[in-house]
Amino acid sequence: MSKMHVKMTVNGKPVEGLAEPRTLLIHFLREDLNLTGPHIGCDTSHCGACTVDLDGKSVKSCTVFVAQANGAEVTTIEGIANPDGTLHALQEAFREHHGLQCGFCTPGMITRAHRLLQENPNPTEAEIRMGISGNLCRCTGYQNIVKSITAAAEQLASMKEAAE
Amino acid sequence: MNDQTPTAVERAEKLQGLGSKRKRVEDARFTQGKGNYVDDIKLPGMLFGDFVRSPYGHARIKSIDKAAALAVPGVVAVLTAEDLKPLNLHYMPTLAGDVQAVLADEKVLFQGQEVAFVVAENRYVAADAVDLVEVDYEQLPAINDPFKAMDADAPVLREDIKDKMEGAHGPRKHVNHIFTWEVGDKDAAHKAISEAEVVAEEMISYQRVHPCPLETCGCVASMDKINGKLTIWGTFQAPHAVRTVASLITNIPEHNIRIISPDIGGGFGNKVGVYPGYICSAVASIVTGVPIKWIEDRIENLTSTAFARDYHMKGRISATSDGKITGLDCHVLADHGAFDACADPTKFPAGFFNICTGSYDIPAAHVTVDGVYTNKAPGGVAYRCSFRVTEASYFIERMVDVLARKLDMDPADLRLKNFIKKEQFPYTSVLGWEYDSGDYETALDKAMKTVDYTGLRAEQKANREAFDRGETRKLMGIGVAFFTEIVGAGPVKNCDILGLGMFDSCEIRIHPTGSAIARLGTISQGQGHATTFAQILASEIGIPADMITIEEGDTDTAPYGLGTYGSRSTPVAGAATAMAGRKIRAKAQMIAAYLLEVHEDDLEWDVDRFQVKGNPESHKTMAELAFASYNQAIPGLEPGLEAVSYYDPPNMTYPFGAYLCVLDIDVDTGVTDVRRFYALDDCGTRINPMIIEGQVHGGLTEALAIAMGQEIAYDEIGNVKGATLLDFYLPTAVETPAWETDYTVTPSPHHPIGAKGVGESPNVGGVSAFSNAVNDAFAHKGLTHTQMPHDHWRVWKTAEKLGLNG
Ligand code: FES
Ligand code: FES
Repeated sequence: MSKMHVKMTVNGKPVEGLAEPRTLLIHFLREDLNLTGPHIGCDTSHCGACTVDLDGKSVKSCTVFVAQANGAEVTTIEGIANPDGTLHALQEAFREHHGLQCGFCTPGMITRAHRLLQENPNPTEAEIRMGISGNLCRCTGYQNIVKSITAAAEQLASMKEAAE
Repeated sequence: MNDQTPTAVERAEKLQGLGSKRKRVEDARFTQGKGNYVDDIKLPGMLFGDFVRSPYGHARIKSIDKAAALAVPGVVAVLTAEDLKPLNLHYMPTLAGDVQAVLADEKVLFQGQEVAFVVAENRYVAADAVDLVEVDYEQLPAINDPFKAMDADAPVLREDIKDKMEGAHGPRKHVNHIFTWEVGDKDAAHKAISEAEVVAEEMISYQRVHPCPLETCGCVASMDKINGKLTIWGTFQAPHAVRTVASLITNIPEHNIRIISPDIGGGFGNKVGVYPGYICSAVASIVTGVPIKWIEDRIENLTSTAFARDYHMKGRISATSDGKITGLDCHVLADHGAFDACADPTKFPAGFFNICTGSYDIPAAHVTVDGVYTNKAPGGVAYRCSFRVTEASYFIERMVDVLARKLDMDPADLRLKNFIKKEQFPYTSVLGWEYDSGDYETALDKAMKTVDYTGLRAEQKANREAFDRGETRKLMGIGVAFFTEIVGAGPVKNCDILGLGMFDSCEIRIHPTGSAIARLGTISQGQGHATTFAQILASEIGIPADMITIEEGDTDTAPYGLGTYGSRSTPVAGAATAMAGRKIRAKAQMIAAYLLEVHEDDLEWDVDRFQVKGNPESHKTMAELAFASYNQAIPGLEPGLEAVSYYDPPNMTYPFGAYLCVLDIDVDTGVTDVRRFYALDDCGTRINPMIIEGQVHGGLTEALAIAMGQEIAYDEIGNVKGATLLDFYLPTAVETPAWETDYTVTPSPHHPIGAKGVGESPNVGGVSAFSNAVNDAFAHKGLTHTQMPHDHWRVWKTAEKLGLNG
């Protein structure tokens, strides 16, 4: 199958490559760009392990063709940490509140939470639960994930306040 | 000593040993997307394998035409059973003493069965070629109902063993029969039941479900033809056992096989077995000389790798009219699918199902289990459970509730009345297990007080009256469940898998500057071993947990062990860790005696050091002793500070717990709302309370999934009626309630640190609590038992049958 030339910005860096148009974005990220943070947990767009940020929206990258992402801005879990290399408040909070076990859902979960907190910086517990309902976790029972996201929201709010 | 000298308590805190809510060392990499799971592995020249799978539940293969697939550019090979036969690899041994087709030989026996293995340059080309392999089938009648498997006119499923009427576990009664297993005194149990004042009888089915970890199964096999060494990275819960099996079936000497379990994205029993994908990848790598990656997709995972449960349990329980249980009898029909690939210790074809007298002092009991073949996927693994204890626990907890209805007694009172008493431990059950320790009454009492059980029953009474007056359409259910787990398999004298004793191991090396590495035969799949095993060691050897590396999963470096499942890591490998730590300490004591010029007996251990009794100023810390072991020539002692322990547990451990579930059912929609769930666990000594709590949350969520929605169902001709995450229920954060956790501590008397294991308890106890609650909601309307899963439709049907809706 003939290949197309794709260009996009991933985690702030311009990247390009040759890919069959049918290539799924998740495979392009994982196999061509070696960004193996986002995972594959299903084949029906249910699990959210593959969640990345595409032009300011959370998407399941197993459900996006690389051709559709041509020219887009993509953020994966590898691009979530602070520019100085320290952990983002969400990554810190997941560690602090035991928001992960096997870690397989974690990249998608944190990437989704990262977008959620931009959409709604001060979510209620119910809003968090609804906001991550596209991301399945088999290990944690979600309770500590919800706790982690709540704690990160508070942390980000106090950091913002301190900066103002 | 001056004010700056840290006290023993301060020093102990710094170690982050037993009981510390130590943060997990695994998390830094997982939160940054730097885990290393099998699909992340990329080797030069690597090709991809993909399966052609059977669309039929039962069919004869008339022909396979590979030509069109082989013509696709990028396709390297297409393997079928014909290609594997010369290597004698078209069948592989299962963990249960049966054989399983690696690639279908003449017949397919379940939908999704592996028929051909396509090897291509990438996963897209492989998938294209899979579609082009032409298989001509002749469909045959299928068996989907285990109760019809042994009918006189039932189709013969396993032609490969149709004349072999002596199975791995004794004689077979029918071509589709696998084994009969019997435990207990039949006459005594039947006598107790026939003479009893009250007898309750029920058919209790535990549906077929699947562990469904978020990461599916897969591997990368790489044959290094120059060195003759085969390396397989894969989703293996028991890497050493895989190495031994691989050696036995391929005839590659075991030292030339290296099995590596990288990070594993959840296992829950799904990753214990050996699957055709592993064998085909290895063969393809041997044939092509390049690494082969095989990663199954979710549909393949749910339809072809190990299922769990599928137990149909017919029980009778008897009691005196005032509620003293006198006897229990159970017959299980076990649907094992097309091949017997159960993962149980050899002597236990039905696992530890004979723990089914549960937490109760029952004087007479008898159990028989018949395993049968059907046209379904093989498996029968312990899905977050120890070898069928979940089935056993569900059975007894439902039976006790059914009996309580019959006696018109409160189910909690009936339990309290029949518990094994604290002073009866160690307690030998009538079906042969020796329970190590327990205090059931205290646990249930605490649970009932915490949730205000009496208040809840009063509220329920008011709810029922309001319902009858037509003021509400909701019914409140209260589920009481108590469980006793049996974990930590197991003593080598009665537990082995394929002849391998179920001990486990730990090897420790202390570095000169006082840090350490410990390697174990287990493998974490999210349990946080790198965190908790370091805590056990920190307490044993006085080196801070942060200075101890834990390594697992590489058979070239780790000592031999049987792996992680059945909550055996803490009871067995955790014990090995403590014992190896004690060997280190014993040697360190000799070094300290030499350096301090005292007799060993004049020394005492204090947190992180040996000190002279009565003179704590005179001491040597473990770090000092470690250094000394490398630079002092001590008469009679070898240099270095290392130890290894292979721990053969003297007994299983028996964690227990009391769970209470409160839910509301809308009778018009069948929608069930879990309003409250309280879980009290007693897992003996608590190593890391944060991790224990996380395990309980996760296990309860899996229990919720099983009780309320999971089922792998088949139709008459063997089609799987839904095997994607659209159909197979995994609760999201929205359906999952908030969990309340609590604990008591009854240490195991025979475990070096008193720990019992916890990861699976919430699944074992949780399912009964949910199911008892649903049944309880309708109890006053005459319901005694309704089958799981309690999804909206089934619950609505139950309400309809009772004339409560429509
Ligand atoms: S891999 Fe499951 S939603 Fe994308
Ligand atoms: S931590 Fe394992 S799936 Fe979420």
